[in-house]
Amino acid sequence: MNRSTWRAWTVIAFAAVYFILPLIATFEFSLRLLRGQYSFEAYRIVLGDAKFQASFLYSTVLAVLTIVIGAALVVPTAYWLQLRLRKLRPVAEFITLLPLVIPAIVLVFGYLHLYNSSSFLPLTASERGADALLTFGYVTLALPYMYRAVDTGLRAIDVRSLTEAAESLGAGPTTILLRVILPNIRVAVLSGAFLTFAIVIGEFTFASLLDRPAFGPYLQLIGANRAYEPAALAIIAFLVTWACMGLINVVGRRGAARRTT
Amino acid sequence: MAFLELESLRKSFGATTVVHDFSLSIERGEFITFLGPSGCGKTTILRMIAGFESPTAGTVRFGGDDVTQRPASQRRVGMVFQSYALFPNMTVARNIAFGLRIAKRPEPEIKTRVEEMLELIKLPQLADRYPYQLSGGQQQRVALARALAPRPQALLLDEPLSALDAKIRVSLRDEIRALQRRLGITSVFVTHDQEEALSISDRIVVMNEGKAEQVGAPAEIYNNPKTRFVASFIGTLNILPAKIVDAGRGLLSVNGQNVATSRKLNGAKAGEARTVALRPEALSLDLGDGANTLKGTLEDVSFLGAIVRMKLRVGETLLSLDEFNQPSLKLPERGAEVAVACSPDEVIVLE
Repeated sequence: MNRSTWRAWTVIAFAAVYFILPLIATFEFSLRLLRGQYSFEAYRIVLGDAKFQASFLYSTVLAVLTIVIGAALVVPTAYWLQLRLRKLRPVAEFITLLPLVIPAIVLVFGYLHLYNSSSFLPLTASERGADALLTFGYVTLALPYMYRAVDTGLRAIDVRSLTEAAESLGAGPTTILLRVILPNIRVAVLSGAFLTFAIVIGEFTFASLLDRPAFGPYLQLIGANRAYEPAALAIIAFLVTWACMGLINVVGRRGAARRTT
Repeated sequence: MAFLELESLRKSFGATTVVHDFSLSIERGEFITFLGPSGCGKTTILRMIAGFESPTAGTVRFGGDDVTQRPASQRRVGMVFQSYALFPNMTVARNIAFGLRIAKRPEPEIKTRVEEMLELIKLPQLADRYPYQLSGGQQQRVALARALAPRPQALLLDEPLSALDAKIRVSLRDEIRALQRRLGITSVFVTHDQEEALSISDRIVVMNEGKAEQVGAPAEIYNNPKTRFVASFIGTLNILPAKIVDAGRGLLSVNGQNVATSRKLNGAKAGEARTVALRPEALSLDLGDGANTLKGTLEDVSFLGAIVRMKLRVGETLLSLDEFNQPSLKLPERGAEVAVACSPDEVIVLE
């Protein structure tokens, strides 16, 4: 091994330790609920907690809604931009990046200001209204990821020729979008969906300030009051995220294999 | 009455006009080719016929109906693209059935029609394959079947052979033409390849800078190119500056040597400048009878098997000529002074 590879390995090892060590420590700590032995007692308590189940379910439902609304918003927009308004693509890219630049706390204060119970659209006045507001907020938060995933998918296919081929065979815009374009960017939409899922499951700011019983605020509540369970929850949250990333890879690879073999 | 009529079509993108007042009548069952270099407007005209572009001015008529404002999905034209544009998520059979399903044909009819189309393109064994499992030539045949399945009024082909390799290109070209004759479908073909255009068409429209330079049957275009552009675009051509000597007798002067043409030189005056075009295959080494010859210096002789290509310097221009190879042929040496002859019928005078 020469000097430059040595250096590279040192950097990699340092980075690995930096990321993995706290994780191992958290995991080890989460196993020590019972004195003097390792056990999954903390996990049993967490998973058996009715509030855990309720908040996780709530966040999952919201994540699914967010994905459906986000995809319904982004897919036709990105398709149209790619097909007819290529010049506006940089504008769309800029707009979809905004949620990464503007902190969630600023967004949610904006929402509260606009949609409070004495506004023209009092979404925060009812629980369903607040749920809807939270979902729309999540759609915004997920926009950068969803848009990029879908846009990449659209660039990989010949949108224009496929559209024109379908048009000359008599298909209208809705048919083209649902039967020709969507099936061919399925993998891209799915990877956008998994990223969205991971974001929504762990989101705290929006849910907390809108006072909704989501997983994020529950995580915070447990963290403030218990010792071992937060560690177990952190590990569970990590596993969910990793499962999402793993699924993106699996789906992506299957799609790629179908195209190249 | 013509089946497909294009009347004063014009298309501008911003300040640039890519098609200028283009008119053409296409008969039912005719195979028309738009031939020209890239950017000459040929694809734009095809896209206006298909309905993918709307003309800035002018009219498109199908069987007397004005379809200028009708969207592509309601024009009933089959379209074949250079990039095949098969739907990657569908099998060959489902690709072919797509147009029929959109038209909500009954399922048994779709099945029969798909089988019929697969027979037509000679690929019945590939019905359940996906496009990525097919070669380029196979994909393009499927695209052809898909375009023809819903029985369109016209077939439009946008450089369908350009992405294929040479051998497939020739065989598919013949196949397209045979299929078109059998179905009697009105077809418009766009290409930049003159050999393709000459071999496949009933009529060729040679395009340059958004205008039709010449419209005619392949032999007519090849033998009687009207303009310098057509002459240089179709086949290899030697272009020489000439002066009229005697319009009545068809005498011209090329680099100080007199050459006769049988083409009419309508009302030209002696001394006027003209451009003369000569096909390489129309020229032959002069065997000594001295009629209608041009003298020059031989600069290059290349042996290409079936033919021998020579380059002769006549004044400023380098004249290219082809001779069929024969064992008895005695090739002159490079640098030799030789004369080449051609019949007055082969001397083309450009407008």
